[in-house]
Amino acid sequence: MPKIIEKRVLTPITKLFRFEAQMIASAAKPGQFVIVRVREGGERIPLTIADFDAKSGTVTIVVQEVGVTSRLLGAHEEGDNILDVLGPLGEPAHIPPGGHVVGVGGGFGSAALWCLMRELKERGDRTTVILGARHDHLLLLIDELREVCDNLELCTDDGSVGLKGFVTERLQQLIDGDGPGKPDHVIAIGPMPMMRAVANTTRDTGIPTQVSMDPLMIDGTGMCGCCRVTVGDEVKFACVDGPLFDASKVDFDEAVKRNKVYAKDEKRAAERQQKMMEESANAS
Amino acid sequence: MPAKRENKTPMLERNAKLRATDFVEVNEGYSLAHATFEAERCLRCQDPVCVAGCPVHIPIPEFMHQVAAGNMPKAVEILRSANPLPAVCGRVCPQEDQCEQKCHMANLFKPVGIGYLERFVADWERNNVKSKGIKKPTRQQRIAVIGAGPAGLVCAGDLARLGYPVTIYEGLHAPGGVLRYGIPEFRLPNDILDWEIDLLKELGVEIICNVVVGKTLQLDDLFDKMGFSAVFVGTGAGLPKFLGIPGENLNGVYSANEFLTRINLMQSYNFPETDTPLYLGKRVAVIGAGNTAMDAIRSALRLGAEEGMSIYRRSEKEMTARVEEYHHALEEGVKFHWLTNPVEIVGDDNGWVTGIKCLRMKLGEPDESGRSRPIPIEGSEFIIPLDNVVLSLGNSPNPLLVNSTPGLDKDKHGCLVMDKDKPQTSRKWVYAGGDAVTGAATVILAAGAGKDAAATIHKDLSAVA
Ligand SMILES: Cc1cc2nc3c(=O)[nH]c(=O)nc-3n(C[C@H](O)[C@H](O)[C@H](O)COP(=O)(O)OP(=O)(O)OC[C@H]3O[C@@H](n4cnc5c(N)ncnc54)[C@H](O)[C@@H]3O)c2cc1C
Ligand SMILES: Cc1cc2nc3c(=O)[nH]c(=O)nc-3n(C[C@H](O)[C@H](O)[C@H](O)COP(=O)(O)OP(=O)(O)OC[C@H]3O[C@@H](n4cnc5c(N)ncnc54)[C@H](O)[C@@H]3O)c2cc1C
Ligand code: SF4
Ligand code: SF4
Ligand code: FES
Repeated sequence: MPKIIEKRVLTPITKLFRFEAQMIASAAKPGQFVIVRVREGGERIPLTIADFDAKSGTVTIVVQEVGVTSRLLGAHEEGDNILDVLGPLGEPAHIPPGGHVVGVGGGFGSAALWCLMRELKERGDRTTVILGARHDHLLLLIDELREVCDNLELCTDDGSVGLKGFVTERLQQLIDGDGPGKPDHVIAIGPMPMMRAVANTTRDTGIPTQVSMDPLMIDGTGMCGCCRVTVGDEVKFACVDGPLFDASKVDFDEAVKRNKVYAKDEKRAAERQQKMMEESANAS
Repeated sequence: MPAKRENKTPMLERNAKLRATDFVEVNEGYSLAHATFEAERCLRCQDPVCVAGCPVHIPIPEFMHQVAAGNMPKAVEILRSANPLPAVCGRVCPQEDQCEQKCHMANLFKPVGIGYLERFVADWERNNVKSKGIKKPTRQQRIAVIGAGPAGLVCAGDLARLGYPVTIYEGLHAPGGVLRYGIPEFRLPNDILDWEIDLLKELGVEIICNVVVGKTLQLDDLFDKMGFSAVFVGTGAGLPKFLGIPGENLNGVYSANEFLTRINLMQSYNFPETDTPLYLGKRVAVIGAGNTAMDAIRSALRLGAEEGMSIYRRSEKEMTARVEEYHHALEEGVKFHWLTNPVEIVGDDNGWVTGIKCLRMKLGEPDESGRSRPIPIEGSEFIIPLDNVVLSLGNSPNPLLVNSTPGLDKDKHGCLVMDKDKPQTSRKWVYAGGDAVTGAATVILAAGAGKDAAATIHKDLSAVA
């Protein structure tokens, strides 16, 4: 059971955990993810590897509390163990070297871009990250990202910092030659609407664009087919063929619908969890 | 002395109405009296053909003799010497195609209830024999096993018994392979499986879960970095097939693997006590008519589906499920649409399944497999309204390990290519067995392959030691 050695609260619902997992840290590459289970009877949830260090044998994840399992994980503290962590899973990011790579991130996406951008910069690529959020205090890991990329561009819905507007507006400006200039490669990680908007922005530009799909998963090894995503005319398993796919070919409509299969159950479980938490708070 | 009785002593089964609402085991097992009574039917033949029908060659007449004599500890010893997973095999082996099919008694009467007795003796052991503590390995050469399904478990157990330190690496969070994630508890309860696995641990076998070889570790790391002398690959056939027809990604469509994994491994039947949900509507169809299909549709009924059916493009005669499972399914109310071929899964605007479009088929000439080829009847299209479709079309070997391991060869079906003389892969010191080699088969064939590989590994290691 991997032990948590560092916890940081990034926003009230976003927590960073660094834990000991030598085998995963030695094998991990940017773009890959882990599957975590936090209690007996618990669900297996996929989380992107935000950072890893083979030398110290540690792996970092950033989790956004959206439901039962992510909330249980979020309540873990330094010194606690995570019941099960499996990884690294999925195919690492493959980006041809030597170009200008623009990473677009929203939500936990900034975490996923962290180790990727560092690797690209270390091998000599020019790197830009465009981060977006509703307000400035929801922008995650800005200092960490600033260290590992040449240009950090911020966008907020309310204009509290950086450009007032969506990440795709800034991306379009770059494509038009503004700021750090036209990307040779775009990689977008974050909420589905954002990734879809990025896909639409670059679709007719010929700029190769990848998105990190986040379908529901169970085993993460290609055994169940839960993570099916339609890419072009092919059905892919995101856990073994992805999670990164050619943005211009992904069937986002289907992906959005598929992620809603359990919406009612998830709501019921979250309400039950809330009630139990309140009861135990009242009892103590 | 053997007693001439024509019929097999029946096994008590829980009432079909009652059992169809829960996951408690269907078969209730023999009592001691039933067991000795049934064992007396064995003729203790001079040429025990039943043994040849058993992939692990259990000395059946000897073991029957001990049961008939009421000497259970001796019966346990004989059984264990040949089969490290008797409580499992006694429950899930297709005996009617193996040991019992060959039994001399079957020529005139009903065969001896070998499977039922195997199960009885194993359960007797579980209830009566205390743990002997953990055994320590006596040899130096360490062996790694990839995959904790029946093939890997049995191979590990045999090697540990020979004194080797053995480590099993399993990708999922719990060992057992299909026994854990596929076969439901009403056929194989989890505590039976846990007990068999605990016995392996007592032999000194170490099981490390949450390690996918090919991702967390590479096969070569096992030799180069970790110093193992030999590796056994028992990664099974866990890659689900799809039909490739429109609508397969609609909400409410599952592969049987996903459906059963949610229920068995993730225990979604206890949701929200447990955290993994399952979406189940009123009308559920499984496509296919094999063991997996029966497991899936019988599970659906237990979880509250009002109608459960199997849609199969061939006829009852070509169906591949075990007879016992088919009968249990009929008793529990599963309907069968024979000679019916799905051509499209239809859904609503929000992406949910509403039904399946099928063609009626007729049987033509036999195909390569010797089974009559189903031919579509033109203009016979019709729609069956449904809330769930569970695709149970078979599995092929999971390509993950092979694709990430240089020099490990597979054939066009994805099965590992093996040496013609022994259970070794295209790589020296890498052995294999079970579904990863044969494609989807049976528990006892996987167990037998694990046993054979253990013997070969021991021989090869002894030659260099
Ligand atoms: C490859 C991959 C990498 C991921 N990386 C991260 C990460 O680094 N950090 C992070 O916080 N999350 C990540 N996710 C999403 C994360 O797995 C889900 O948020 C998590 O499974 C939710 O579980 P839960 O029990 O807390 O919530 P649930 O109760 O299961 O769901 C609560 C809400 O979240 C939505 N949801 C559930 N699963 C997903 C999903 N897979 N994607 C998007 N929304 C979902 C539901 O529709 C629902 O609205 C990743 C997903 C994938 C497939
Ligand atoms: C639903 C269902 C019902 C069945 N019913 C019956 C029945 O009644 N009777 C019968 O005889 N047979 C039945 N079978 C078939 C039988 O279960 C299989 O033939 C048998 O389990 C094969 O054993 P195995 O050890 O080769 O593989 P598996 O049981 O598939 O086990 C392989 C294990 O390896 C793990 N693994 C795979 N790749 C890796 C990797 N790279 N690294 C680490 N671990 C890995 C997997 O997670 C899995 O745990 C059924 C099958 C299914 C699916
Ligand atoms: S293991 Fe299977 S084939 Fe062998 S004797 Fe037992 S039931 Fe028969
Ligand atoms: S063939 Fe039948 S009767 Fe003969 S020894 Fe085997 S089980 Fe007994
Ligand atoms: S999560 Fe099961 S196949 Fe991808």
